[in-house]
Amino acid sequence: MKRLAFPPPVEVQVPRGALTERVAGAGLALIAKLISGFSVRWFDCVPDTCQRVYFANHTSHLDAIVIWAALPSEVRHLSRPVAAKDYWEAGAVRRYLANKVFNALLIDRKRIKVHQSPVDLMLREIGHTHSLIVFPEGSRNPGPEVGPFKSGLYYLCKKRPDLECIPVYLDNMNRILPRGEVLPVPLLSSITFGPPIWLERDEPKAEFLHRARQAILRLREI
Amino acid sequence: MMDLKTLSLVGGVLVLLGAAAVVVHVLKRRTDSGIDPAIVETFRLRLRAWALLFAVLAATFVIGSAATVVLFWAISFWALREFITLTPTRPGDHRALFWVFFLCTPLQFFLVGMRWYGLYSILIPVYAFLLIPARIAIAGDAKRFLERTAKIQCGLLICVYCLSYAPALMTLRLPGRPAEASTAAEIGDGVMLGAQAPGRVSRSAAAAAADPGQNARLLFFFVFIVQLSDAFQYAWSHLPVRHVIAPAISPTRTWEGVLGGAATAALVGGALWWATPFPVWMAALMSLVIAVMGFAGSMTMSAIKRDRGVRDYGTLVAGHGGVLDRIDSICFAAPVFFHCTRFYLNMAESINPLA
Repeated sequence: MKRLAFPPPVEVQVPRGALTERVAGAGLALIAKLISGFSVRWFDCVPDTCQRVYFANHTSHLDAIVIWAALPSEVRHLSRPVAAKDYWEAGAVRRYLANKVFNALLIDRKRIKVHQSPVDLMLREIGHTHSLIVFPEGSRNPGPEVGPFKSGLYYLCKKRPDLECIPVYLDNMNRILPRGEVLPVPLLSSITFGPPIWLERDEPKAEFLHRARQAILRLREI
Repeated sequence: MMDLKTLSLVGGVLVLLGAAAVVVHVLKRRTDSGIDPAIVETFRLRLRAWALLFAVLAATFVIGSAATVVLFWAISFWALREFITLTPTRPGDHRALFWVFFLCTPLQFFLVGMRWYGLYSILIPVYAFLLIPARIAIAGDAKRFLERTAKIQCGLLICVYCLSYAPALMTLRLPGRPAEASTAAEIGDGVMLGAQAPGRVSRSAAAAAADPGQNARLLFFFVFIVQLSDAFQYAWSHLPVRHVIAPAISPTRTWEGVLGGAATAALVGGALWWATPFPVWMAALMSLVIAVMGFAGSMTMSAIKRDRGVRDYGTLVAGHGGVLDRIDSICFAAPVFFHCTRFYLNMAESINPLA
């Protein structure tokens, strides 16, 4: 199942950031684990530092942080969650966490221009070292259902077909911190990483997005 | 630190667990023993959970009774997490659940630590009972209102209220409790029992400074008998004569198992009378009560699990230990054992005030 990433992975030393940020990062990962009580399963897939796109269902503000926290630390510092600028730039704490600690890639949802598309921005930012954590549904779902996927994932893979797309299924996160709530209820949740998929040559957009969505739905049954 | 009696009880149990671990290890290695490997594996996992529980419990005895209360708070918190995760709730329950986790649960254990019997014995059955439906009603979602409310109340009562009676054993006024505990204990006891005769407090305090480990032993005795009766109910249910109690709830529990387990618990409990404030016959009777209540707890929690279609609370979210699976019998036995002990000691004291 495992396919070699193309181009072949290059050993690149990525600076891990200042000590305070690394301590804050470890602390944040621990807090995320305590609040959401997640257990992590890797199904037909193993953690790797190669360039990947983790795509997940989206029900809670916690989603980006918990996926980031669930990755092993050597993979974690290479992985950048794609998040909404309007939420994560609001307030000094969120801004510090997003920019310094979990190194989010903030997208301005309100001013998307044709010549400055989010996909181009993502590809420029990750270069040949970082991985992305994305939520193809675009916004948070109120319930546990998985909505239709937006096309960003397709265009991302069209420009970089070598990226491994890892489906991630988040279970129960919508009950821990649902839409519109500020305080979490510390229930238990689980994060399942599934086998990678790639965009096939000449695969139509709708077909690929459907296949990607099915990859997440399959993890729900495991 | 621990006195000799406490040391021998704690040490004895830990040695027993060690011996059982060796037996299980040998059985696991040998494939020709004729015992189902699945049973050995189940037993091995349970043994590991008990060893951990007893070791941590013993460690908190060394630190102090506050540590024991905090330990049970953590266990309660985790059990409630499992319970509510298993229970379907709606978004309208979110705020109520927040108060359940972050107000009711810590407050209950704080009051237990304060020895405020008069309040911790009614906090959840009265105040939390009223708070939960009111908060859900304010959230404005009427769908299956009574059912949702009842489920949250039930979880809070079983996982928090009932379990909190286990660390409450640490604060129970025993004949021969430590002198420094006497003043704080009056907050609750005074309300419930009427004013104490002033002479009695000082007399028992003086008589007792000699035996400060009595409460810790009582709690350890209780947890040990619960787990022992659990294990023996399981073992006795493998007798050739099998009358399964309720196959739809638990296909393995038999009347033979319950009777055998309860009888074994009573025998062992009676033999451990020296560690408790009871005479031999009373220690045996108390162990019998613990065993029966533990059985009731396991059956009840099994019924909830069957209804939700899961085998263990642990398998609900893969990779979690299933704390609730391990403590279901403790939850049911703790309040009953606490009140029986309290009642017995009050009786004994009123019959013979000098004892």
